[in-house]
Amino acid sequence: MAGTLLSVQDLKVGFRTEQGVVRAVDGVSFDLEAGQTIGIVGESGSGKTVTAKALMNLLPSYAHVEGTVIFGDRDVFAMAANREKHFWGVEMTMVFQDPMTSLNPVKKVGEQIAESLRVHLKKSRREAFAEAGDLLEQVGIPEPGKRLTQYPHELSGGLRQRVVIAMALACGPRLLIADEPTTALDVTVQKHILDLLDDLRRDRGMAMILITHDLGVVKGRADEIMVMYAGHTMEEAPTATLFSEMRHPYTEALLETIPKIDTPSHTRLVPIPGRPPEVIEIPDGCPFAPRCRYSTARCLTDRPGLTSHGSGHACACHAPVGTPSGSEARAANESAGTTAAGLDMAQFTRKVPVIDFAPPGAEG
Amino acid sequence: MAGSGTAHLRDHDDVVLRVENLVMEFPTGRHQVVHAVSDISFDIRRGETLGIVGESGCGKSTTARAIVQLPTPTSGRVVLDPGTDQEAELTALGGEDLRQVRPRLQMIFQDPISSLNPRRQVRDIVGEGLNIWAEGSDDQQIRARVDEVLEAVGIDPSVAANRRPHEFSGGQCQRISIARAVILEPEILICDEPVSALDVSVQAQILNLLEEMKDRYGLTLVFISHDLSVVRNVSDRVIVMYLGKACEVGDADTLYSVPAHPYTRVLLASAPQPASTVDESESAIGDEIPSPINPPSGCRFRTRCPRADDRCATEEPILRAVGDDHFVACHYPTMPGGTDG
Repeated sequence: MAGTLLSVQDLKVGFRTEQGVVRAVDGVSFDLEAGQTIGIVGESGSGKTVTAKALMNLLPSYAHVEGTVIFGDRDVFAMAANREKHFWGVEMTMVFQDPMTSLNPVKKVGEQIAESLRVHLKKSRREAFAEAGDLLEQVGIPEPGKRLTQYPHELSGGLRQRVVIAMALACGPRLLIADEPTTALDVTVQKHILDLLDDLRRDRGMAMILITHDLGVVKGRADEIMVMYAGHTMEEAPTATLFSEMRHPYTEALLETIPKIDTPSHTRLVPIPGRPPEVIEIPDGCPFAPRCRYSTARCLTDRPGLTSHGSGHACACHAPVGTPSGSEARAANESAGTTAAGLDMAQFTRKVPVIDFAPPGAEG
Repeated sequence: MAGSGTAHLRDHDDVVLRVENLVMEFPTGRHQVVHAVSDISFDIRRGETLGIVGESGCGKSTTARAIVQLPTPTSGRVVLDPGTDQEAELTALGGEDLRQVRPRLQMIFQDPISSLNPRRQVRDIVGEGLNIWAEGSDDQQIRARVDEVLEAVGIDPSVAANRRPHEFSGGQCQRISIARAVILEPEILICDEPVSALDVSVQAQILNLLEEMKDRYGLTLVFISHDLSVVRNVSDRVIVMYLGKACEVGDADTLYSVPAHPYTRVLLASAPQPASTVDESESAIGDEIPSPINPPSGCRFRTRCPRADDRCATEEPILRAVGDDHFVACHYPTMPGGTDG
């Protein structure tokens, strides 16, 4: 192994708002080795994008960031404070969800790719332009010479995302962060972009953080997966382990609730009642407890910390799936007909309407 | 043109909607025409869910909107309850006659928040259809009915009825949209990407709810989505569309287990978790979707199709049967036995 490239320790990001402090990321830690891919999976509000933006030093100035991020042997937040320029965009780069908004509509594609080469690596205009053409070829764009002189609106969504990837690769980064890189694209194009990212990562020995809401996207592509919910790490494991021995009820629920392409039509889906919490007032205890089939009285008051479940596998749960305490908690909830958080267990199995929780503010 | 034909239309008494040779074209500024939907035909039996799946720009939403005459199609026929005394040919109606038929068809849309009027209370949004159509019922009856429907979609009326849409999450707004659509007890509910804007943990709630609503109110559904797994889960019958044409039509499980059209196979192989019935390598095709202003001659998929030859450029494939309730518009489909035809 090439050793640890990125080490994130106890990352916390808070935003002060009129309604109170939003704890968007609350104590996230992970390590990433050179050349490896970590998948960060979560729904809206889980803190996955904020984590990425914190690493990229892209958060607004009013964000309150705590924790340590070490890249190689350099302290990333110290560099941010010292306004070091040639790190972001060179060593660590990012690809965003929407390729249209990440490109400047009034500049030619070639100029946009050449820009970072000129600014960061001080290349001449001619050199940078020639290299931009090579990059377009590497990301699989046909007729790169012609594309260099086109504007973003002249390209399809898939081609635009390839251009954005070419920009991110221009300075030869050691870490690429891809935040939902294919969500805005059509299915037939999605797979091509993901495969391209994977190939480029392997060829260049880059590390990658792949952020997505879809466990299926990271399944075959990430070495390791971190599942986030409401700013917390719920479970982290090597990819194969996560799917074969998942421990967190949220991971299990996410997998069960998604329709599968190979299951017959009209298979009833196991719902997850309620909705992701607002990260302003996360109750004491586990943030997933109000929606969880396994929740016990302890889950409501005592927030579980990450505990080890074997090599590289950690899970934050008092009643993990597939353990005696988990089976016991679920059996108890099933016989009681309701969970400790007051969730009607019947909604998971029988054909009764799943009641949505009351609207925000209704509880008082 | 690729994918026309009517071989897949069924001659049953319980067909609630028949769409024949639907064409939808939009003029653009420069004397050009966008061929959004080109000669699509299908029918739906009572209580059935018809899934329409395809990528952006394939004409699936345009087809849905054409059913409710938003706007009136360029040509073709849309007939509600054909062969009964309730028969209404929507494409031949206009003005007040069309208005009278419209409550029998309702629609829900992709973005649940923008499809609700932000300035009105939930009770008024859901009850509006009744206020207009339920002649003779008093306010009390309408109130009771609104409460009943809200409860059916899993929203507590005592808490929610007097609130406005911004106080609800996306999933809750989608429930309210469903309540508004079913309160008039339509025959057909058209759902245009109803779960695409929702979090994954909320999707299943809404998909299950649609199934419950279907049973409870005896609905027939048209379900449009780009997500193949979602479409299979809810549908009895599926149409795969590409560039304004139907590629493959059939019983949902048949179509997914023995996909015959090369495009269907590409879609199934491109899913994040590819279907087991196709090989993952089949997803390798070009990314460029041709422009609907100037669609390819012959089969419209031929520019990206691995099997295309000269015949595909000149002769448009017509939908033909390849199995029981399974139709494909391709000269070289994968036949259900595993051989290529």
